[in-house]
Amino acid sequence: MSKKLLLTEKEIHIILQRLACQLVENHQDFKTTVLIGIQPRGIFLVNRLVQILKDEYQLSDIKVGQLDITFYRDDFRRREDPIAANTTNINFIVENKNVVLIDDVLFSGRSIRAALTAIQSFGRPSSIELLVLIDRRFSRHLPIQPDYRGRQVDVINKEKVMVNWKEKDKKDAVYIINN
Amino acid sequence: MNQLSVQHLIGIKHLKKSDIDLIFKTADHFKEVINRPIKKVPSLRDITIANLFFENSTRTKLSFELAEKRLSADIINFSASQSSVKKGETLIDTANNILSMKVDIIVMRHPSVGACDFLSKHVNAKIVNAGDGTHEHPTQALLDSFSIREKLGEVKGKKIVIIGDILHSRVALSNIYALKLQGAEVMVCGPKTLIPKYIESLGVIVETNLKKALNWCDVANVLRVQNERMDINYFPSTREYTQLFGINKTLLNSLDKKIVIMHPGPINRGVEITSDVADADQSIILNQVENGVAVRMAVIYLLAQQIKQ
Repeated sequence: MSKKLLLTEKEIHIILQRLACQLVENHQDFKTTVLIGIQPRGIFLVNRLVQILKDEYQLSDIKVGQLDITFYRDDFRRREDPIAANTTNINFIVENKNVVLIDDVLFSGRSIRAALTAIQSFGRPSSIELLVLIDRRFSRHLPIQPDYRGRQVDVINKEKVMVNWKEKDKKDAVYIINN
Repeated sequence: MNQLSVQHLIGIKHLKKSDIDLIFKTADHFKEVINRPIKKVPSLRDITIANLFFENSTRTKLSFELAEKRLSADIINFSASQSSVKKGETLIDTANNILSMKVDIIVMRHPSVGACDFLSKHVNAKIVNAGDGTHEHPTQALLDSFSIREKLGEVKGKKIVIIGDILHSRVALSNIYALKLQGAEVMVCGPKTLIPKYIESLGVIVETNLKKALNWCDVANVLRVQNERMDINYFPSTREYTQLFGINKTLLNSLDKKIVIMHPGPINRGVEITSDVADADQSIILNQVENGVAVRMAVIYLLAQQIKQ
């Protein structure tokens, strides 16, 4: 197994600042915008962005939710090792809101497809955007593209992108792993 | 593990502690789902479920049906009273005929003990026991424990008394297995004639004095007297039963603590429990019903997970 460093802590920090800035550019005061992190690893990213929006832009009452897509996946009964569900915590209705879905890595697009279905259980949003830290190019199974991307990478199929977060993995870093 | 250790849900007796933990964890998520504006997930849209009810049921049948619908499964319903069983068809024939219609999961209630176990050995489908005679009613026990866990934080170490007709109750037996497995202390209380011999061998305490039992417990699970299963008289009169084993507000107020009241339904108001107790704030009877849907969704979801494409 080889492990290649793609983004350092400092680079991630700069990218997060830019993504937050782009969100503010498009959503100004976030009055009708909600941020939804996709379980499990999109949650770290959304929490970081919320922190930056609060510290740098004094936006402290942004609505944030956590969405688990396990029950909406299209590979139920097709996996050898079943996935355990995570908590969904969305205590507001997304009716007529601008939803920004947030995840760490965009690969096949299937998780986002599931998230698009799942979010409809909470109402009919007026728009949905997608923000990802890492966009794996040329790997999509579905016609899904991000509206905000941290870094675009070309990774061959058997390689894996791993995003580490300080809160969980002790250090911020993005690696490409080759098995 | 994210997978059940069993292939069918025949009884709590066959489950491990880790299975119950997994079911509860999954049910927590489904409870959140059924409180959304749109209470449905598409997980089981390619699964067909047959509900075979060879014995009357309202709550359990509705609860299973709703759970299946919330998971987007296709369902067919069958009640013995309106079927070919009356014309002499055997259980296996009935089940196999239904299976030819490509059914993946069978939820069955049957008046005979062991009917679900028998079926699981003879047909190629997942079996969920919705009550077999006086044997087990596993989903009821699971939802009872889930409700205790929700109300008191955990089941381990809690004292639970099951009151009433223990002899004819599948709810009692499944509850005893489930509660013991989770490390609770269990007592049964009722007329001696309605408590099975050797029940102590399951590790439960037997008590015939209701007041003493209530003073001991944290939770009282009150059962209905199952007159339909009694071929002889087990106690002199309903009035006498109520006087000795009926729970009323005066009795509850005389205790030095506030205990939780549960009842699997249907309630015979004024017999085993009075209306003011059934509707009191310490009663979690309606929470049990709500949790029933979430727990059954979890059971069906986890069993369906094992069906390969």
